[in-house]
Amino acid sequence: MAIKIFFPTSCSAAENGLLIGRWLEEHRSAVILATLQFPFIPANVKEYLGQLEQVTGMSLSVLGTWSHSKAEADEKMENFLGELSRIFRHSPWLRMARESTSKFWDCRIERLEDGASEDVVLVYYDQMKVMLSELHSASEHSEIAAMFNTVAKNQLLFANDKYDEGPVKLTHWQSEGMEASIIVELMKQASVPVCAVLSFFVAVITAICSLRVLSGKPLSFLWNKLSTCEQLGKRLENLHVISRPEKAPDHPAFMRKASIVLSLLIDVVLGVVLMSWLYQGNRLGQLANALMPVADRVALELQGLLQWLMGAPAGLKMNRALDEVLGRFFMYHIHLWISYIRLMSPFIEVILWYIGLSACLGLSVALSILSDIIALLTFHIYCFYVYGARLYCLKMHGLSSLWRLFRGKKWNVLRQRVDSCSYDLDQLFLGTLLFTILLFLLPTTALYYLVFTLLRLIIIVVQGVIQMTIDLLSTVPFYALLLRLCRSYRLAAGVKFQMLEQKSGKPLRLLMQVNINPLPYGQVLETYRLPSRRCYPKDSWGSLCKKLFFGEVIYPWKQKKNKQQ
Amino acid sequence: MDVYGNAITLQQQTYGDTCQDFTVTSAKLSVRSLASWTCTVWIAAYAVFFYTQHSAVLTAAILVSIVGLLLYLHLVKVDHESLLILGSLGIQTTTTYASGRERTVFVEMCRVQDVVINEGLSLHRVNYYLCLLLRDPSEPQAGLSQVVPVFQGSRPRVDCLGEIYRSCQEILASQREHGGKTA
Repeated sequence: MAIKIFFPTSCSAAENGLLIGRWLEEHRSAVILATLQFPFIPANVKEYLGQLEQVTGMSLSVLGTWSHSKAEADEKMENFLGELSRIFRHSPWLRMARESTSKFWDCRIERLEDGASEDVVLVYYDQMKVMLSELHSASEHSEIAAMFNTVAKNQLLFANDKYDEGPVKLTHWQSEGMEASIIVELMKQASVPVCAVLSFFVAVITAICSLRVLSGKPLSFLWNKLSTCEQLGKRLENLHVISRPEKAPDHPAFMRKASIVLSLLIDVVLGVVLMSWLYQGNRLGQLANALMPVADRVALELQGLLQWLMGAPAGLKMNRALDEVLGRFFMYHIHLWISYIRLMSPFIEVILWYIGLSACLGLSVALSILSDIIALLTFHIYCFYVYGARLYCLKMHGLSSLWRLFRGKKWNVLRQRVDSCSYDLDQLFLGTLLFTILLFLLPTTALYYLVFTLLRLIIIVVQGVIQMTIDLLSTVPFYALLLRLCRSYRLAAGVKFQMLEQKSGKPLRLLMQVNINPLPYGQVLETYRLPSRRCYPKDSWGSLCKKLFFGEVIYPWKQKKNKQQ
Repeated sequence: MDVYGNAITLQQQTYGDTCQDFTVTSAKLSVRSLASWTCTVWIAAYAVFFYTQHSAVLTAAILVSIVGLLLYLHLVKVDHESLLILGSLGIQTTTTYASGRERTVFVEMCRVQDVVINEGLSLHRVNYYLCLLLRDPSEPQAGLSQVVPVFQGSRPRVDCLGEIYRSCQEILASQREHGGKTA
C-alpha cells in the first residue's frame, strides 16, 4: 500500500528544514503541517511540540527533513540532514528534496518496519481552506476526515508568524503574518459585554414571567391560546441561547447560534421597515378607518347568506320551521358581534397604534399579533361553526344508533362491538319514528354546517399561511446559506483530486481541492435547519375529511383533547 | 458508440501502476438539432400569434427558447465524465456539464467494496451500467450500504464498459493483495 503525504502548498517555497506533522498509522499517511526553519535547538523543539500536544490533545512529531536546493546539490547539507534523523527518532522517516529547477520532487522513506521500499503519493492541499472547512458526509474511519481534523485541531501551530520571537521558526500558511479581519476581531471583543447585558436582561424578563400572579389560572389559559405569547416565549428562549457567555462547543452548535443571531437580526430589520412604513403619513389611521366598513360589509354579506339559507337555497326545499329557528339564532349572533365592533370603533386607532409599536420586536411578532387579531375579529364565525358542528354531530350520532336499532342491533360498550338485540315493539316503533324525523331534518342542519365549515376553513387557511411565514422566518438557516454563497469551501461536501503532471520514477503528484465541491443548497437547508416548535396537525387529508363528515370540531379543540389524555 | 448510437470517445490515462483515469466524452450538441428545436418553437409561437394577434407570445417564445437552452446546457447536457482511480486513496467520479459546471463525488478506498457492471431492464431495453458498490466501514459485515452508478450522462456500450471494468479490477486486486500483506 502506497504511503500518502499531504503537503501544504504554502510550504513548498520554504527553506531547508524539518517537517512537522502527524503520522496516521491507520491509513499509512503523513499530514505535514509546517516546516521548521534552521536555527533551532532540538530539545526546545521537542518541548514546544509537547506543549502543543497538551493543548490540542493530538500528538505531533518531527516526521522528516525537507531540503530545497537552489542550485546544485550540496553534499554537506545532505549529510547534515541525514544526521538529524538520529536526533529525532520517528519511523518512518521522510526525506523530501526539491530542486528549484524541476517541478518534480524526490521523496524517500527510511526506517519502515518491514524494510520494503514503498511508492509515495504526494497530495498538495491548501492549508487555509482545509483548516476552515467543515467536512460533511464523512464517516469516522475516513482518512480524509482524519486529515481535516488534524489540520483544524492544530490551529495553534499556525498562530505564531515569523515576526514572533520564539524558540522555533515555522513556515506555514500564516507565516508571512496573521490573516484576520479587523471587523471580526472587533465583533469578538464586543460580543462579551453585549452577551453579559443580554443575559442580565433575559434573566430579568424570565423572573417577571415566572411570577405567581401571571401564571395563575385565568391568565395562563389566555397565554396558551394567543400565538403572540408563544412567539414572545420563543424569542426569549432564542435570546437565552445567544447570550450564553461560553463559546459554542462544536460546529453544529456554533452554526445554530450564528443562524439564530442572523435570523433575529433579519426579523427585527424587517419589523422596523414595516413599522416605519406603517407610521408614515397616517397609514394607521387609514387602516383603522377602513376596518369598520370592512366589518360592516362582512356582517352584511353574512346576513345575506343567512337570508339565502332561510329561503330555498339552490332550489332545495328545507324544513321551514327548523330553518327559520336556526337562521334567527345566527342573525342574533351577527347583531351582537356588530354592536360589539361599533362599541370598539373609537378605540381601534389607538389600539392599532400601540400594537404597531410591537413590530420593532420583529416581523414574526407583528405577524403573530395579526394572526391573533384575525382570530378575535372572526370569533363569530368560529361560534357559528361550533354550533353547526355540534348540532350536526348530535344528529349523526343519533342517526347511526337509531339505524342500528332499525336493524335490530345495538352497540355493546363493554366489548366494544355491535351485538344483536331483540327490541320490544314499542321501542322499535319509537326508534323508527325518531329516525325518520332526524333523517328528514338532516339536510337543513347539514347545509348550515357545510356553509359555516367552509367559512371556518378559509380563516384557518389564512392563519396557517401567516403561521407558515413566521415558521419560515424562524427556521431558515441564514448564516449557513450566506456561508455557502460567499465562502463555499467552509461547507465542503467532499474533496476533489486533480492529477498534476507526472514523470516516471518520481512520486505521484495530486492536488486536493476543497472549494470545488461545496455542499448543495438543498442539503445546507436540511442540515442546518433550526428546530421549530410548532406542532402541525398530524391528521392526513383522509382523516380530516372523515372528521368533517362526522362533525367533529377540527383545529383548536383537538390540542385540548390531547392534553386531557 | 453509446447506447443511442451517438459517437463517444473513451480516453484512458495511466499514471503509474495504481492510478488510472478514464474520461468518456459524449457527442457535442449538434447544430442541426438545435436549429430544428428553435425553429419548431418559433413556428408554433408564430402560429399562436397569428390567431391571437398578441405580441407577448413572441417575446415569451424567445425567452422560453433562450432560458430552455441555458438550463439544458447547465443541468442536462453532459460534456464529459471521468472516473479516476487512485490505488491507495479512493475513486473519484467527475461529471462536467456543457456549461462548465462540475459535480464531483469522491469515495474513499475503505468504503469501496467492488466495481461491477450491472444489468438493468427498463421496458424493452437492457441497460448495462458500471457501478460502485459501497459498504459502511464501521460495520464490515453488514454488506452493501449504497450503489453508485457511474457514466450516467453518457451511456457507453457494454464493450467500452468492459475495458474500464478490467482495468479497475486489476487495480483493486493489487490493492487487496497489498492490504492483505500489510494486515
